[in-house]
Amino acid sequence: MNGDLSPLNDPPSLSRIDLTEPTLIVEQLCVRYGDLLAVDNISFSARAGQVTAVLGPNGAGKTSTIEVCEGIRKATSGQVRVLGLDPVKDRRILAKKMGVMLQDGGIYPSARAIDVVRQYCGLYASGRDKIVAPDELLDLVGLSERRLSPWRRLSGGEKQRLSLAMALAAQPQIIFLDEPTSGVDVNGRTTIRQIIRRLADQGATIILATHELDEAEKVCDRVIIFDKGKVLVEGGLDDVRRARRVVRLRTVRPLDLTDMPDNLAGWLVEDAPCDYSIEDAPQGLIAALAVWLSERGIDVVELRTGMASLEDTFKKLTGGAP
Amino acid sequence: MKTSASPLRAQLRAELQILARNGEQLLLTLIIPVMLLVFFGMTDVLPTGFDDHMDFLTPGVIALAIMSSSMVSLGIATGFERSYKVLKRLGVTPLGRPRWLIAKVITILVVQFIQLGILIPVALLLDWQADDAQWLVAIGAVVTGSIAFAGLGLFIAGRLRAEVNLAAQNGLYLLLLLLGGMVIPFDKLPDPVAAVAKCLPSGALADVLREALVNGGDRPATSWLVLGIWALVTPVLTALTFRWE
Repeated sequence: MNGDLSPLNDPPSLSRIDLTEPTLIVEQLCVRYGDLLAVDNISFSARAGQVTAVLGPNGAGKTSTIEVCEGIRKATSGQVRVLGLDPVKDRRILAKKMGVMLQDGGIYPSARAIDVVRQYCGLYASGRDKIVAPDELLDLVGLSERRLSPWRRLSGGEKQRLSLAMALAAQPQIIFLDEPTSGVDVNGRTTIRQIIRRLADQGATIILATHELDEAEKVCDRVIIFDKGKVLVEGGLDDVRRARRVVRLRTVRPLDLTDMPDNLAGWLVEDAPCDYSIEDAPQGLIAALAVWLSERGIDVVELRTGMASLEDTFKKLTGGAP
Repeated sequence: MKTSASPLRAQLRAELQILARNGEQLLLTLIIPVMLLVFFGMTDVLPTGFDDHMDFLTPGVIALAIMSSSMVSLGIATGFERSYKVLKRLGVTPLGRPRWLIAKVITILVVQFIQLGILIPVALLLDWQADDAQWLVAIGAVVTGSIAFAGLGLFIAGRLRAEVNLAAQNGLYLLLLLLGGMVIPFDKLPDPVAAVAKCLPSGALADVLREALVNGGDRPATSWLVLGIWALVTPVLTALTFRWE
């Protein structure tokens, strides 16, 4: 794989982009399908030069929101501005500046990788000073050796990388990525993370919808957590995690959580046998726990404090798995 | 310097590449019509009612070929493009729907150029006499028929799931092949079937092509009217009902 990301070196150019103004503004957006209110009066924003992760369980309203931003779907009510443009009314102008990676599909199965990338480079080439070379894009996403393979013969991860190459053909100022690392192997994930980070560093706005919280945590600057059509939290990655402090401890043998005194009961959560966590512990709780453990002769082999992981925060907010 | 590369050119190239790699479409649009023309041209087993059976067969097979490329091939491909989310993905590029449609139309024209470039010489080799052919009228019939069939094919493709669409397009192809007046004359069909068949675009196209190519139309004025109505109605219906996803 090519590590220098050369096809993206003619960026949406930081010098031409105002990093202080939001490039994506969603205000009081509602999307309704019949009786179902899929997106319920949400507002958020994203800025150039940042990776904004959109997280949420299935059916949370992520894809509906992103499709409104892309202009694929009309809002029931509310307003969306992408790069200052209305995604529906200004669709033709916006399409030239926007990269899109669908969650799946989008390619005819018999189409060869190089032909698809060449097609998409051609779709975006009109009026451009510089055309992205299809072979360089394939090299960038690590598919040079598969250039003549039809889409149906590619692995799941290779299909994702080809889809990313199609999005990059736009030389986008804003890019919407739906589950870009789904099914991608470790090396491929690293490549995709590098590409995403590089695009953001060059001044593009990255909107990343994903279930893979560890991937999001590695690459994103901001987080928006959706559930049941609403935005539960929006903020910088560290702000979202720092809002929840966690104490983790590992004991030599399992604890009987039903046998705890009133001042400790309900605070410990068993993450795994002998592994426990306590979120937002009040003053004195840890000391009381240490006394209780000591009285029962239970040794603690590890005790750590820190920010909650994105996954901890996500589970706490949404009450379930991503 | 700004590039002059055009989205239309990129899309057209992609359409032609997909077509060339799709063996089923080549079978449907080229091989089956040629085989029918050769088989029935050499055997003379059809009850055509014409002195020279090639005068009946050649316009009928040309009509069949036009239906194959304009309706069945286009409809099946478009149905799968919906199913594979190709149309959804293209919808967020600078291509736009008008240029997508133009690319499809040019692709059909290329296929029809190849179809006619093969079928007409084969018919001539089988002793078809084209001395009285009015080629401009025939081209007008092909264009009108193509619009009617394309509208019908896209109407079906724009509403049904890909697999159901595939079955519907192939079923309609077979139905129109047998009952549409292309290779079996209307007067050899049961009266109620013939009455319906005369209102179908397949029979109308075959009839106006027979009039244009061999001066042997059954009722050319009525057939032009039928074909014209189909060419007007089906594109409008498609525009009103087509679902891009």
